[in-house]
Amino acid sequence: MDPMQEGEAPLLAWEDPDEHREWISKEKSKELYDKTSTVREVVKRYLRDGDYIAFGGFGHIRIPMALIYEIIRQGKKDLVMACKTAVHDSDLLIASGCVKKVEVAYAFGHELRGLSPASRRKAERGEVEVVSEWSNWAFQLRFKAAAMGLPWLPTRVMLGSDTLRKSSAKVIEDPYTGKPICLIPACYPDFVAIHVHRADIYGNAQIDGILVEDFELARAAKRLIITTEKIVDHEEIRREPWRTSIPYFLVDAVVEVPYCSHPCNMPYLYYFDEEHISEWLRLSKTDDGVREYLDKYVYGVEDFDEYLDLIGGQKKLNYLRKLEELRAPLKAPWAR
Amino acid sequence: MNDRRYSTTELMASVASRILEDKKSVFVGTGLPMIAALLAQRLHAPNLLIVFESGGIGPQIPTLPISVGDSRTFHRAVMATTMDYVMSLGQMGYYDFGFLGAAQIDKYGNINTTVIGDWEKPKVRLPGSGGGNDVGSFCRKTIIIMRQDKKRFVEEVDFVTTPGYLKGSESRYKAGLPRGSGPYRVITQLGVYGFNSNGEMTLVSTHPGVSIDDVIENSEFEISIPKKVESTAEPTEEELRLLREEIDPAGIVIGKRK
Repeated sequence: MDPMQEGEAPLLAWEDPDEHREWISKEKSKELYDKTSTVREVVKRYLRDGDYIAFGGFGHIRIPMALIYEIIRQGKKDLVMACKTAVHDSDLLIASGCVKKVEVAYAFGHELRGLSPASRRKAERGEVEVVSEWSNWAFQLRFKAAAMGLPWLPTRVMLGSDTLRKSSAKVIEDPYTGKPICLIPACYPDFVAIHVHRADIYGNAQIDGILVEDFELARAAKRLIITTEKIVDHEEIRREPWRTSIPYFLVDAVVEVPYCSHPCNMPYLYYFDEEHISEWLRLSKTDDGVREYLDKYVYGVEDFDEYLDLIGGQKKLNYLRKLEELRAPLKAPWAR
Repeated sequence: MNDRRYSTTELMASVASRILEDKKSVFVGTGLPMIAALLAQRLHAPNLLIVFESGGIGPQIPTLPISVGDSRTFHRAVMATTMDYVMSLGQMGYYDFGFLGAAQIDKYGNINTTVIGDWEKPKVRLPGSGGGNDVGSFCRKTIIIMRQDKKRFVEEVDFVTTPGYLKGSESRYKAGLPRGSGPYRVITQLGVYGFNSNGEMTLVSTHPGVSIDDVIENSEFEISIPKKVESTAEPTEEELRLLREEIDPAGIVIGKRK
């Protein structure tokens, strides 16, 4: 069947489902073994320059910031990022020069806080290349197609728009209704990191609250790193298996990092650190400011623990927990 | 409107909230749409079902969320699920109302939130679709809240991020989008607009103190003006109290704009 319309963008991170079956048979062991590691080690071992990357959560909710800082610290380059609702994660990675190309459903913005000065500047100067446009759901359908072992999934969004024209989706006449329908190609990122509330040493992972895209993204990932607030006993997983959203055999490594999502939100545990995010948004208005921020909070610290001391230590973390539990009022320095 | 007892933002929130109906569903973003939905829930629409793209269904929102995915968006919800789940419900036809913002709009309600200028060499790079294209594709009635001037109400948007009525008449449905979906109202600082059967924008009401000439002067395209144009009802004292004291006490959205 000839397509009625084809998006102009190149098809990235796609493969024939049979090829991915080969990958699974070679790379995804069903053995229960201890996968615990450190952020330094997983970034060194699993992330290559030029990789196609994606992060779990929602851009500034439940994201693996400790790992993102480590990617910057190790100077990874030429990364291609799936900006499926990317907010603070993509802003830092684009600003630091690690990410060279992006596929965009949402990027360059900080929701209510306004636009992201640093990554937006990079896009307008052509220092980061926007490869394609998608809607949020279309991007998730790319992961869902991958997670189903299918080359594509049909949908009725994107139709009639320039978003479709600048994507790598295609439109065909649906053989059942005779109406145009949009086909969204699968996406298999090389490297995915998802931050969770708890996981065991094998990688069985549980997320409290909304899953956003992670249910699908975990299966679409070629390499999957779980960062977790807490490593729990394997028995805790077995006792309430219905809470598991990511089973161990999808996972390549597990890293325990409490407060890993800071300065972003971790549902039920800590809310946004608006003071810190404001500092970033203010400094990132200039290239010098970006360097100042990175020197202070990324290059200037040995590890994430040292970073947590720098942002205000236990006192600040206690406040963010109170804020999350609605026991303290929110102060948003950007809301003026 | 500084001499008035309310700001334009408060007026827009009030207008948006009154469009929402009880026992219906609304797919919301944060900011003004969120505030409008919360206001509607506290007044005429206690059974308004709120859904967030990130997976929150039917939350009881305690304070204004900063993100459409933060913990407030599924606080005491009936379900916290995946984006795929809530988007699928939208495609099925479960959402009566949806909200969108826009950097540019044309007379058919096509929306740009992607770039100003060329896509290849943008003058301003905006965030892109986000869930906007999804909302605009499948919600039965989409409400657009935006500022109006000649750079925003344009003959042709620089990029159709989200489809409105495309080129008018049947073109939206010929593209494969569901019947009974599309732009329903546009709310700006000057007035409220609807769409005629050909999918073209028409004036519904002008805000107090705004003339029809103001409306015409602040649009590059021709807005169809009916014989009878109403004046937008002002926010009530009760609405203003709720907005200021209960819904956005920190002034994050209400206090942000004049």
